[in-house]
Amino acid sequence: MSVLVFAETSEGKFKKSAFEATSYGKKVAEQLGTNVVVLAINSSEPTLLYTYGAEKVLTISNEALNTFNVKIYANIIKQAAEKESAQVVILDSNTNGLYIAPNVAVNLNAGYASNVVAPPSSVAPFTVKRKTFSNKAFNNTELTTEVKIIGLAKNSFGIIENEVSGTVEEFSATLIESSLTSESIERTTGKVTIADADIVVSGGRGLKGPENWGMVEELATVLGAATACSKPVSDLGWRPHSEHVGQTGKPVASNLYIAIGISGAIQHLAGVNSSKVKVVINTDPEAPFFKAADYGIVGDAFEVVPKLIEKLKEFKANNA
Amino acid sequence: MKIIVCISHVPDTTSKINFTENDKKFDSNGVQFVINPYDEFALTRAMWFKEKQGATVTVVNVGTVSTEPTLRKALAIGADNAIRVNAEATDGFAVAKELAEVVKNGSFDLVLAGKESIDYNGGMVPGMLAALLDFNFVNACIGLDIEGDKATISREIDGGKEILSSNLPLIIAGQKGLVEEKDLRIPNMRGIMMARKKPLTVVEPINSTPTTAIASFEKQAAKSACKIVDANNVDELISLLHNEAKVI
Repeated sequence: MSVLVFAETSEGKFKKSAFEATSYGKKVAEQLGTNVVVLAINSSEPTLLYTYGAEKVLTISNEALNTFNVKIYANIIKQAAEKESAQVVILDSNTNGLYIAPNVAVNLNAGYASNVVAPPSSVAPFTVKRKTFSNKAFNNTELTTEVKIIGLAKNSFGIIENEVSGTVEEFSATLIESSLTSESIERTTGKVTIADADIVVSGGRGLKGPENWGMVEELATVLGAATACSKPVSDLGWRPHSEHVGQTGKPVASNLYIAIGISGAIQHLAGVNSSKVKVVINTDPEAPFFKAADYGIVGDAFEVVPKLIEKLKEFKANNA
Repeated sequence: MKIIVCISHVPDTTSKINFTENDKKFDSNGVQFVINPYDEFALTRAMWFKEKQGATVTVVNVGTVSTEPTLRKALAIGADNAIRVNAEATDGFAVAKELAEVVKNGSFDLVLAGKESIDYNGGMVPGMLAALLDFNFVNACIGLDIEGDKATISREIDGGKEILSSNLPLIIAGQKGLVEEKDLRIPNMRGIMMARKKPLTVVEPINSTPTTAIASFEKQAAKSACKIVDANNVDELISLLHNEAKVI
């Protein structure tokens, strides 16, 4: 018996979600009275996971796995789950985690709960709380199968240090064939991605035109944040679609979300509601975003944001 | 090419979400149901293939008779026929098994779906369907072209995109990018009239055992009021974010 965590890597390094998934896995393992085993593919630093409670790390090093393939990855997770007699398999909610989990579920004949936000409220029946109705509600789902797959929502459990003395074991998995071929990957380099960002700075139609995005980008740079935008802004072509956050765009689950000149349509809020702290800057005190936000400034972004940048620079200099 | 589009019947985005029977059931009272927005992107791309490259488009839903108006709307948009699997959709795995039967029996070349439904947000049915059928599968798809039996697909990845190639049959879970918002179609009167005459077949479910069950629902806890900071006092905002919220 064990709890198996799949720890995602990117170019050899663990993603932040890998530490969160391991922390969560440790908690579930404690509840079940068993150990947590973490599977890491092509990781250059497997022992880092001991800090978050990984008693055993299974590592696979194989150049063929530098290119992600859903079927091959899912099959490796299945092999690891069978080898470790895993009762629970935990994946993150990054693009690849969401892509792999349904396949793992079918191949282990396991129930799968995605968007899970908390440790099981009970282990018999095995019940987890999940986000539902586009962040407007939660449901408590019972998993009734012998093996259970959990998709952990981003930034929901947190990264929790829980140092253990672990072991690293090389895992020799069989690689299956796949006729789905990766032809190329295009990545924006040098920018914080919305998926990885602790802080997201987002602009809306209130900014009047693409030429005014300089201050949004500067604010993001000062905060080490990713930039995002509302749907109308991406529809108007002011900003690329990849920055559109909201219901039909990217979901945001950052620690801090700063909305500048965004009124807060229900579709927008559905996509950003999972952020822990929300700040709104808008000229209209009646804008719906003020109802969803934690902190707000009623004012003209063109006056407030430059002041905020200046003061944050001072703050950063004093707190460095 | 034979295309099947999986259609989820979901509450309209602006619906108020309430629960009944001791928070055990979603309260559909007064709620307007629509085609799941992500599935609408998939349906629109299917219509493009039909018109530009020649294809038949079937739409399918697993649901009770109450979902038929949503299937009729898909027919009014231009799908050729519809299938409803007569079962209440409660568990993603069970829905995927029902759909697998339909896809197998209809020998479809291309299965299009949205990457998730906006009600249960499971994001699992297309991937499970692919695994059950052993078809190639691309999630979070933002572009799809097909020539002969070769598909070129782009998918969103964290911080960029990946281009993939695959033979048919293929399953795609799409999102915006597959088509743009402006490409979405509103059914016209002619489409609505024609939809009434198009075949909507009801098939009985295979009734697989569910793997999950929803024990209860909870609404989001009421949020405390927004703290308003004076526009001339951004220092206070910084201090609140640092000392109170501890996010900077």
